[in-house]
Amino acid sequence: MSMIKTKDLTFEYIRRDEEGNVEGITKAVDDVNLNIRQGEFITILGHNGSGKSTLAKHLNAILYPTEGTVWVDGKDTAEDEYLWDIRQSAGMVFQNPDNQIIGQVVEEDVGFGPENMGVPTKEIWERVEESLKAVGMYEYRKHSPNKLSGGQKQRVSIAGVIAMHPKCIILDEPTAMLDPKGRKEVIRAVRALNDVEKVTVILITHYMEEAIYSDRVFVMDAGRIVMQGTPQQVFSQVEQLKELRLDVPQATLLAYELKKAGLPLEDGILSKEGLVEALCRL
Amino acid sequence: MLRDITLGQYYQEDSVIHRLDPRVKLVGTVFFMISLFMFNNLIGYGLAALFLFGTIKMSKVPFKFMVRGMKAIFLLLLITVFYNLFLTKGDILWQWGFLKLTKQGIETAVYMMIRLTLLIIGSSLMTLTTTPNQLTDGIESLLSPLKIFKVPVHEVAMMMSIALRFIPILMEETDKIMKAQIARGAEFESKNLFKKVKALVPLLVPLLISAFRRANDLALAMEARCYRGGDGRTKMKPLTYKKRDVVAYVVLLLYIVALIAVGIFTEGSLLKILGLVA
Repeated sequence: MSMIKTKDLTFEYIRRDEEGNVEGITKAVDDVNLNIRQGEFITILGHNGSGKSTLAKHLNAILYPTEGTVWVDGKDTAEDEYLWDIRQSAGMVFQNPDNQIIGQVVEEDVGFGPENMGVPTKEIWERVEESLKAVGMYEYRKHSPNKLSGGQKQRVSIAGVIAMHPKCIILDEPTAMLDPKGRKEVIRAVRALNDVEKVTVILITHYMEEAIYSDRVFVMDAGRIVMQGTPQQVFSQVEQLKELRLDVPQATLLAYELKKAGLPLEDGILSKEGLVEALCRL
Repeated sequence: MLRDITLGQYYQEDSVIHRLDPRVKLVGTVFFMISLFMFNNLIGYGLAALFLFGTIKMSKVPFKFMVRGMKAIFLLLLITVFYNLFLTKGDILWQWGFLKLTKQGIETAVYMMIRLTLLIIGSSLMTLTTTPNQLTDGIESLLSPLKIFKVPVHEVAMMMSIALRFIPILMEETDKIMKAQIARGAEFESKNLFKKVKALVPLLVPLLISAFRRANDLALAMEARCYRGGDGRTKMKPLTYKKRDVVAYVVLLLYIVALIAVGIFTEGSLLKILGLVA
């Protein structure tokens, strides 16, 4: 079943100079067609300004397409009556953890979404408990968010979205402001969500290593989707990725260079372990 | 570190007073304040002081924290006492220029001082035993009848609690910007007042811009989590009166009744106490 579908999605914004005169029109998203199925783990890659965040904001009805249509769970995002249904079924996690936590205590923040949806008090508590446990932050439920690390804060944000019981969760560069440890924590939580709870995940990032666990990868450049496929398929095209100014995971790059030097390695080696295994088989 | 600052002046302790519903404490404080202006004699003040002292004992908050609140208004207290002492008309005891020390003046000055002291201690007891969060909840709930008159009670309470959440974050940001500007040669330590104010510009401008950006991000995040105002919203921690809250209300009522009784006994009539008859 199709969870998110876009047809010829285009989003333009008008650039203005300091006096407000029109300088030109930029197509931030240009003719994108996506079809994401229930339960998939999708990664959207792209360097800064490739339009990936703008695309993400369309999937949660924060932005509306200039042209084309977006359907979330079968509902057209341009229709006002579905607005809150869409926002509930497609939860969104943003980049800066500090700017999306509303509560002064972790558990209160996680309860914020369900409160807005009008969930009865008793059920809010159940949801808060279950979502904090899902991201491994239950012990911190009474803490102030200001005293948590970046990775912990971002996991609280994710719990806040899970508590709304979404079918799909969109993460807009959730790890961009985190240190490597925090990044690992967050990605682990997201993977668990997808594996255990079967939530559809759309991860937007510019870190290649985070893409290797996904079912499908989309690479964006200048608002267009320029590459797509499984991580193996995408990462085996090292030259093209380099042209798009994206860094290939180190193991993949090494495998690619070794192959170019004459070793009979297969394409699309993604992890260090995979590379070791392939080398031992030689 | 800046992150660890406590807001307001909440004193962490596990006491009956701390556990009371914030509404009880708010109502109690307001009535206590009113009660202080209901009479003008020592027995009344004694009763009020006794009531306050009992509550402080029950709250387990050390007395020195109450006095801390007094420091802030010390000047105000001094001016009030001075004003009453020398500018009240009555039987003159001592005179120097236009300053007259009168018998009535001394009396009002002493009463005023006791009144203000009790008032400040009473209200700081409330802020010491109630978290800012509970306070916002309590205010929202108590003011909710005003919704009929289209007063945006929920929105105001939401703004208050968001402000409370962002104060430490913005303080940390101020610290960061300050260090960044110092690293680039800005001087914040200047003795010259004019220079000092001027030095704040490169601090305040980036801070303001960042605050706007944060506000925008937060609004987006709130909307993405289905926030659409107070209508149809449920509460994770709804305020419910417990048995102890009822008891507290009864105690409060008894206190007011006792005061009125004292008033009638000393001043003769209730109307006089309420200031309706001279």
